[in-house]
This record gives sequence, structure tokens and C-alpha cells, in this order.
Amino acid sequence: MDFEGNGLLTATVFLPLVGALLIAVLVRNNRHVRLVAGATIVIDLLLSVLVFTAYDLAKGGVQLVDRAPGWIPIDSFKVEYFLGVDGLSAPMVLLTGLLGFVAIFASWGIKERVREYFVWLLILQTAVMGVFTALDFILFFLLWELEMVPMFFLISIWGSGRREYSAMKFLIFTFLGSAFMLVGILIIFFSTGTFDMVELPGAMQGAKLLAPAWLVFSLIFVAFAVKLPVWPVHTWLPDAHTDAPTAVSIMLAGVLLKMGGYGMLRVSAAMFPDVMVDAAKFLIVLGVINVIYGAIVTLRQTDMKRLVAFSSISHMGYVLVGISSVVGVAGVVSPVGLTGAAMQMFTHGTITGLMFLMVGLAYEKAHTRHIPDLGGLATRMPIIAVGFLIAGLASLGLPGTSGFVSEILIFLGTFPVWGWWTGVAAFGVVITAGYILWMLQRTMFGPQLPRFSDVRDATKMEMVPVVALVAAVLVVGIYPAIISDYFSEGLTGIVNSIQQSAQLAMAQ
Amino acid sequence: MTAHDLYLLSPELSMVGLATALLLLDLFVARKSLILGLGVVGLIVPLGFTIALWFTIGDDSAAENTGVLAGTLVVDKFALFFKFLFIGAVAVVGLISVDYVQRFERFRTEFFALALYSATGMMLMAATVELITLYISLELSSLPLVALAAFLRDGRSSEGAMKFLVLGGISSAILLYGMVYVFGFTGTTYLDEVAARIGDLSANSDQPFGSYALLLGIALLIAGFGFKITAVPFQMWAPDVYEGSPTPVTAFLSVASKAAGFAIILRVFYVAFPVEELSIEWSAVFAALAALSMTVGNLVAIAQSNIKRLLAYSTIAHGGYLLVGLAAVAARTGGDEVDFGPSGVLFYLAGYAVMNLAAFSVVIAISNHINSDAIKDYAGMAKRAPYLAAALAFALLSLTGIPPTVGFIAKVYVFGAAVNAGLEWLVVVGVINSVISAYYYFSVIKVMYLSSPQSDEPILSRFPIRLAVGVTTVGVLVFGVYPIVLLDIAKAAAQALFS
Repeated sequence: MDFEGNGLLTATVFLPLVGALLIAVLVRNNRHVRLVAGATIVIDLLLSVLVFTAYDLAKGGVQLVDRAPGWIPIDSFKVEYFLGVDGLSAPMVLLTGLLGFVAIFASWGIKERVREYFVWLLILQTAVMGVFTALDFILFFLLWELEMVPMFFLISIWGSGRREYSAMKFLIFTFLGSAFMLVGILIIFFSTGTFDMVELPGAMQGAKLLAPAWLVFSLIFVAFAVKLPVWPVHTWLPDAHTDAPTAVSIMLAGVLLKMGGYGMLRVSAAMFPDVMVDAAKFLIVLGVINVIYGAIVTLRQTDMKRLVAFSSISHMGYVLVGISSVVGVAGVVSPVGLTGAAMQMFTHGTITGLMFLMVGLAYEKAHTRHIPDLGGLATRMPIIAVGFLIAGLASLGLPGTSGFVSEILIFLGTFPVWGWWTGVAAFGVVITAGYILWMLQRTMFGPQLPRFSDVRDATKMEMVPVVALVAAVLVVGIYPAIISDYFSEGLTGIVNSIQQSAQLAMAQ
Repeated sequence: MTAHDLYLLSPELSMVGLATALLLLDLFVARKSLILGLGVVGLIVPLGFTIALWFTIGDDSAAENTGVLAGTLVVDKFALFFKFLFIGAVAVVGLISVDYVQRFERFRTEFFALALYSATGMMLMAATVELITLYISLELSSLPLVALAAFLRDGRSSEGAMKFLVLGGISSAILLYGMVYVFGFTGTTYLDEVAARIGDLSANSDQPFGSYALLLGIALLIAGFGFKITAVPFQMWAPDVYEGSPTPVTAFLSVASKAAGFAIILRVFYVAFPVEELSIEWSAVFAALAALSMTVGNLVAIAQSNIKRLLAYSTIAHGGYLLVGLAAVAARTGGDEVDFGPSGVLFYLAGYAVMNLAAFSVVIAISNHINSDAIKDYAGMAKRAPYLAAALAFALLSLTGIPPTVGFIAKVYVFGAAVNAGLEWLVVVGVINSVISAYYYFSVIKVMYLSSPQSDEPILSRFPIRLAVGVTTVGVLVFGVYPIVLLDIAKAAAQALFS
């Protein structure tokens, strides 16, 4: 089996797995487990930064390729080991590295079955990192499925409330989505003869599919829709989030949901430009429902964690809204909306990661997430309150934070195409401001309550992930090009092929 | 009979020799576990012969003199592939029986000897190319299994064995009846000659297969084989027999007996009925059986509270996935990519053998200790037996078809073959069934990892069982991450069907 490439991506993807195996086999002492997991994830973060910076924007295209063509050769059915990054995936690798780091350090206080916990969290990191870098369709699918197992255990063992129910619900929804995706992948393969996700957009053009294109598109889209999640298949998400431990919520909201959006761009938009243009009208409707329905339901939440979970549904709706701009105006497709959608994935990852982190910290100190029971925490825990405030303001899209950048790009890109629909979606921002500020006011501010007179602020160890995420939120907010240049480059090819499809659709 | 013939038959001969030697030793040796150990180690002999044969015979069996006993048996890579599988399965069964046989007051050696005789019958089944030999080898494999099923000598075990005997007898009769039709209309029992005669008959007739009576014969054959592979609606016997039998026998039934059934189906339908325009008929039949087996197996498995019964229904469901591959084979017969489906079925069989034996090894290790097969008694096994629980969880992941396991690769492979054959609807049924199966497999995992244990007493198991668990678990992982070796073997074996 030949291997090509410098191994950087392979190391980035599989280092956490190696760490996990090391912990599982060799390490017994809980303190050592944390140290090994911490060291692994710090190195992995550095590697992901290295991947991000090593990507040559001027050159573009797919870079840092690691490839072993003869991995699973079944006659013509050739499955390759094929990793690589382009402008679309490089920022996602960075995001995964960052949030993995945050998740491990947010788990420092885990007391129960410590060894198993870190093993599963590290395996999860490998699976997600792999999904964003895999360029062979079966490898992509393999890693996509692999991610379910650690999530199942993490929610069901270390969760709270109805954790077993939530974990099973997560599993069944995700598995059902990915099962249909497998059928789609196989049909694509037998129509084009390749699993190569770089070649496929080209190979799909003019290829005679074994099934109607819209059907294959739908089979695959279901998997991404469940993951994003899109109304009406979103119901697993509030349960999973509410019952998951803090670090797992961070991973779930921060990177796992992005797998859905990433798939829509990488697979649905790139390989099915024609169908995508036709489907845009459904996407905008679904997107607007997601945004508004999610926001309204969020308003009614009294549990902080459930509130952030529902706000994720609303915010992921913006990704759909951004993608729906693919239909273009008079045959001209602007890349702004798609770039906005991709940016929204990145920024929501950091912002919601921060939100869950702060909710987790506040819960740990105050022992309740029930908003009516809380109040005046800011005087006792100023640092947590500031972190929470920054997360909240970024979430409602305050200029200067990263949330503003992605939302403005999405609205700018979509308004010329969908007009009033975009206006309705933009109203979601108003509701967001409502629920975020209301929650902050009720929990952090107001009169100090005597029952919280002896809660403590975050320790230094707990500050590490907070600082990392606040920095990410502010840096991208002030200088968005650091990320958006990557996305623009990565989306060029997709925008061009959609442009052609949109013009064809116009001509007919 | 020449020395070369003896060499070609050496795996079967040494199996019979080994079984008989064990029975004789039993008369003189008091420590029965020693005999069992000797028996497992002795399997090296037939295994060695099989490996030697694999490398000495060429890929093209027709070019060499590989037929034995007037051409009723043929030693090709297809047959040798299954011989590996049966020897491996019976070896694992031997390992996991070491403690289990303590439950029997008598006949501990006979237990393993019968398993060896049955395996010999299966090895012959894989090699046969003639209908009467096929029937005899099938009976040789089945009758010892009936005795084995009754070994516990309690109510359930006897009931299971009785059902197995009676229903097995009926299915054999149906099979024989089908063979009679085939013989009556073609005048021969050799599979290749049957194919030639059918070609002549159908050329001069507008009826399928040249005659409706022949079609009836083939339908009867499918019903007879369906019993062997526990395809719905011929699966009635399986849950009771699986639950009542000694657990090592259940493992052997669900893996080896099923593989033998697929071996003869592949051989008969490939060699005797390969005509392209006719093959459509049996593709639809297999597709329907596949959809039924998957759906019924998985839906009924959800309700089970006994792990053996759960695995019994899971076996029925997996028979369904295998039938998906078979239906794909059928739909493609005569096409260009013809070896895609059969190698998929062979790969799936090998992968299924490894993962199911892994699951059963753990079940036996645990049940030796807690003396119960109820799923609720597996509560907290992750604490009491961390390695066994992890191995069972991994095997169940593989049965669900989740990476990085052999079950994942196998499912992608057979579903791929089915899409290639234009059976997209069947693949959709298959993947939905995978999701259903996730529910009950994960329920077992949940009980092991989430419920609190009934006692803190650790589960200890002896070396042979640990060896069996270890080897099969490593197999599940290695074939799942680096399947190329097994794929090559499966391809070479499938290739032999066409030469």
C-alpha cells in the first residue's frame, strides 16, 4: 500500500486516537489521564493551527494531501485513504482543533469514570477532524458514522436528566440520516465510478445517474439536515444538548452541527448544482422556519442550557438562509451568501462553544440552570459574567464580534435574491437580542441573592478555554478576512458551477 | 483412488480421523478437558492441509484434476474458503466449550467429536457439485447438530432438538423433492450438466427453464435451502433451537451452518442455473426473502429479553443482509462485473463468522459465571468484566455495521453490489433495517455500561475463552480497518465459481 503526502493531516486527525489508545491501555491514574489528554489536545491544536497556516491561499485548491490509493480495493470499487484540505475545510480544521482543546479543558473537573470519558472525547475529536478532511466518499462516511459511538456513550454515561433517552434519540436520528446517505453515496459511485470527492463535482456533470438526481440529492441531504439540524428533524438536538455534559455540548454545538452545513456545501452544492438551484426555494423556507421558530421557542426556555440549545437551531437556520442564495439574481450568483453561511458555521462554533462553557461554569458554581432561580451572579463571579456577556453579545450579532460578520454577509448575500424572506429571517436577530439580554439580565445582573453569597468565580484552569474562545470571537470580529479569505477561496469552484446551473435554469 | 485424490480429500479425512481419535482416547483418558484441548490443537492438521491445498491448486480448477470421487466433489478455492471458515469456527467452538462442557454429566468428548463430524459434513457441502452428494453431506452436517442441540437434556433443549429434527426432516424432504424434479427433467445430477440441459430445454421452449415443472423444482430447492440459512418464512425453528441448545452449539449453528447453506446456494445457483435471462426469476425471489428476513428478524429482536434469543433473531436478520448480496449476484449473472456479488457474500460470511463468534464467546464467558442468559443480568458488566464487556460492545457495533469494524465494510460491500445490480429499493430496506438493529444492539450495550451491577464480583474466565474472545475481537478490528487480505481471499474464492 503506497502512501503519498507529508503526513501532517494524518497526524492531526489520528493523534487524538493515539492519545485515546494510550490512555485506554497504559494510564491508570486519573491525574495522569488528564495530563495525557491535555497534552494530546494541545499538540493537536498546534497541529491544526499549523494546517491552517500551511495552507497556501495564493495557490488555492486542495493541499496537504495524504493519500494511500490501495486501501480497500474491491475490483473497480476502490476506496482510498485520502485526506486533504481546501479553503472550505482549513478553517473547519482550525475550529475543531480549538473546540477540542476547549472541550478537554472544560472537562478537567469530571470525577466519574475519568479514563473512559477522556478516551471517548479524544475518539470523537478524531472522527470530527476526519470528517472535515476526508476526501474519499467512503472514508468520509466511515468517519461520519464513527462519530456517533463516542457521542452515545458521552451523553448516556456522563449526562444528566433523561440521558439514556436522549442518547438513543441522538443515535437513531443520526444513524437514520447517514443510512440514507450510504445509499446515495453508492448510487453516485456506480454512476460515476469514483469516490474521489475532488473529482466528483466534475464527474457528476453530465453523468447518467442510476436514479433521478433529485432523489439521490435528497437521500444525502437528509443526513446533513438531521445533523444541522433542519426543522422538522431537529427534535433530537434540544434533548441531546440539555442532557449532555458541558464539554460534549460544546463539541456538539461547536463542530458536530457544522458537519451538516459542511456537507451541504461540500456534497449537496458542489455535486448537485442543478438540484441545489431548484431546491433553493425550499431551503429559504426551511431556513426561515428554523430561524423564527427556533428563536420563538428559545424565548420560552427557563433552563439556560436548553435555551442555548434552541438558539443553535435558530442560528443554524441562517446557514440555510445563506445557502439558499445559490439561485442568484438574473443568472448571476454572488459568493457573498455562501461565504456568509460558511462564516456562520465558524463563528457560531466559537460563540456557542463559549455560551455552553459559561452555562456549564455558572451551573457548576450555582448548582442550578433554572433561570428564575438565578440572579445577581455578576457580583460574585465577575469573570464568568464578562465571558457570558461577550458570548451573548456576539450571539446577537453585535458589531465588533464575529457574530456580526457572518450574519451581515448572509443578509447581504440573500436579500437581493429572496427580498422579504430575508427580511423575515433578519427579524430573528431582534428576537435573539430579546432572549439573550433577557437571560443575562435575569441570571447575571439584578440584586444579589443571599443564597448565592458564597459561590466562587472561575479558577485559573477554567479560564484557559474561556480566554481562548473570547480571543477567537474578538479576532474574527475585528479582522474577519483571516477566516473569510479561506472560505471565499474554497467556495470559488462551487459558486462557478452553480453559476452555470443558474444560467441554464434562467435560459429555460 | 490415487494418492492425489487422498491429498485432495485430506482436510475432510483428517477431520474425521481427529474426531474418531478423540472418541477412542476418551476410553482411556480420565481428564476430559485434556481431550478437548487436544482436539482443538489437532485442528492444525486439517487446517494445514487446507492451506497447502490453497497454495497448490491453481486459480483455474478446470485445468487441473481437482475432481474427486467420480467428479462428485471438487476442490477449488471456493470450497477451500469455506473449509477455512468451518475449521476456524469449530476451533472457536472448541475453545469456548472448555468450561461449558462441565455442565454435562457425560459425553463431554462426544460433544466436540459431534461438532467435528458436523463440520466435516459442511466441508463436503462446500465442495460438492452433484445433487446426491450434496444431500448426503447436508444430512451428515445436520444429524450431529440435532444431537448437539439436545445435549443439555432439559425441557428447552429437548424441545429445540425435536423441532430441529422434525422441521429439518421436512425441509430435507422438500429439498429432495426439488432435486427429483431437476433430475427428472434434466436426466443428470451433476450441476454443470444440469446447466447444459437447461440451456437446451429453454432454447426449445418458451416456458421459463424450459418447463414449469423445473421451475417448481427450483422453488422447492430454495425452500429447502431457506431452512438452512434461516430465511423468513423458513425460520420458525431457529429461535427455539438457538435458545434451547448449549450456547457453543448455538454459535456453531448461527455461523457455520448458515455459511454452509450459502455455500451450496451459491454453488447450485451459479453452476446449475446460470442462464442470464432465467436468473431474473430467482433474483426477485432472493430479494423478497432478503427484505422479509431483515425486517422480521430485526423487528422481533427488539422485543427479546434473552441474549441468545436476541442473537438468534439477529442471525435471521443477517441472513437477510446476506440474501441482499445473493439477490445482487442473481441480477448480475452473465454481466461484466459478475464477481462483485459473490465475493461480497463470501466476505460478509467471513466477517459475520468473526463478529458473531466474538459475541457468542463473550456470552458464554459471562453465562458460565452468572448462569443466566437474561439481558438484564448483564447490568454493569462494564465494571465486573471490563474487557469482556468491551469485546461484546465492539462485536455488537460490528453487527450494527458501525466502523471501524468488519461489519461496516461487509455491509457497504453487499449493499454496493445490490446498488450495482439495480436493487436500490432493497438497499433502502437494508439500511432502514440497520437503524432498527441499532436500537436493540445498543440496548444491550446500554445495560452493560449504564445500569449498576447486581454484584461487584468480577467475572473471571479461563485462558481458552479469553483466547477465543481476543482472536475474534482482533479479527473484527483488523478486517474492519485493513480488509485487503480477506478481500483478496474472498475474490479468489469467488473467482473459482466461474472457471
